[in-house]
Amino acid sequence: MIEFKDIQKSFGDKVVLDGVSHTMETGKTNLIIGTSGSGKTVLQKCLVGLFEPDEGEIIYDGKSFTDMTQDDRMLLRQQIGMLFQGSALFDSMTVEENVMFPLNMFTHDNFLKKLKRVNEVLERVNLKDANKKFPSEISGGMKKRVGIARAVVLNPKYLFCDEPNSGLDPVTSMVIDKLIRDLTIEYNITTIVNTHDMNSVMEIGDNILYMVKGKKEWTGNSKDIIFSDNKQLNEFIFASEFLQDAKSLRMLEAQGKINIDQINKAN
Amino acid sequence: MDFISHFGKYVLMLKGMIAKPENAKVYWKEFMLQCNDIGVGSLGIVAIVSFFMGAVSAVQTAYQLVSPLIPLTTIAQIVRDTVILEFSPTLVCIVLAGVVGSKIASELGNMRVSEQIDALEIMGINTKTFLVMPKITAALITIPLLVIISMVLGILGGRIAGVASGILSADTFDRGLMSNFNSFNVWFGLIKSYTFAFILSSIPAYFGYHVQGGALEIGRSSTKAVVVSCIMILLADYVLAQLLLSN
Repeated sequence: MIEFKDIQKSFGDKVVLDGVSHTMETGKTNLIIGTSGSGKTVLQKCLVGLFEPDEGEIIYDGKSFTDMTQDDRMLLRQQIGMLFQGSALFDSMTVEENVMFPLNMFTHDNFLKKLKRVNEVLERVNLKDANKKFPSEISGGMKKRVGIARAVVLNPKYLFCDEPNSGLDPVTSMVIDKLIRDLTIEYNITTIVNTHDMNSVMEIGDNILYMVKGKKEWTGNSKDIIFSDNKQLNEFIFASEFLQDAKSLRMLEAQGKINIDQINKAN
Repeated sequence: MDFISHFGKYVLMLKGMIAKPENAKVYWKEFMLQCNDIGVGSLGIVAIVSFFMGAVSAVQTAYQLVSPLIPLTTIAQIVRDTVILEFSPTLVCIVLAGVVGSKIASELGNMRVSEQIDALEIMGINTKTFLVMPKITAALITIPLLVIISMVLGILGGRIAGVASGILSADTFDRGLMSNFNSFNVWFGLIKSYTFAFILSSIPAYFGYHVQGGALEIGRSSTKAVVVSCIMILLADYVLAQLLLSN
């Protein structure tokens, strides 16, 4: 579990985070959503220590991250996996070497044992035959999957994903979402996902924090969103007419007036 | 103010890189990789520059020594001393500031922009120790070796050019080479090469490590790294000459 209380962060005169507090739960996919510039990436970078918040406290399973020494933070970070927006794979290394890198750095296992673990996680993310390929030789979706494999290879307690679906087609996005959710449940990880992909919000949103201009605007899960009367949230999530129609249908279904599954089957 | 801020950040980067490696084996591998990139990778250009530098030095010295009272062996002495004292350490290091410095700055800059440095940080790796220290130590080991090779090739270039153009015989050149030799000159050249190796690896590492922005900024920081390294090499050259050679 990761708690953060009253996080404030400014760059010069610009206030980016203005007293954000929330709790990210273990074994759930916790989503931070909001428009571009709402402060979700800065919040995530504060949580992992890439940015230092001006005020507020971050607590990892009862231990204050804000009060930790640099050495203790380094140790804690070995329990953190992160998937970056651009995957952040090491260009000069093959897929196998990328995934093996954390094992090389933090374990003293022999090569065969490390290779076995690498193959395990690559198989888990459905990338069996890409071991010897370089990042420049694989697609965006495959890069994300390698990024996930590298992030989970050390069995982390916390998984951070920054815009995991950016630049991906809807089908691949759903594959990545499903993978993140499955791994979260399988390894009982505290997963925090930054996204503005509406499919992700509705598919994997167990615990959602909606931010507007650096402030917490709304919290809930993907089911709560359908019935939320928060105007800003509705405008953000159901931005198009098509999505508004989808919301109306879901509301009618909840009232027992229609059955969407039956309609889908009939079509 | 800008200079003080840069200098402060540069010192902090150097201080931050002195830490216990997370895994000595991985660091050793990275160090060897850098030795190969910086040392072996620059051998070709160093050999070419040094050979022609010595050759030109011999021809131009002969052109300027018009008096029949000055023995021809003086040409070899001048080639030897200029190559050892100045050309090999300074000129080669300025060339290496361009070759190695821009590579270091653009490599680290690209890693910063594509969030690879952040990825390493998140894994709990001290990125200054892992990325900067092996580059600086590899430069400190390989560049003085390159300078020694350059000294040999420079003198050899002078000898071949001198003989080939009929300025002096090989025997005369060899006699000149061995007369009035001061071994301190070689030490002075090596002291300079260590100093320049540190400058041309640490300054580009600083500019690359602190890049913010995109591809354009990587290019800018790479250029800036080379320019600042060259200026600092020339400044250090003067300071060292004043400190170690003036009576």
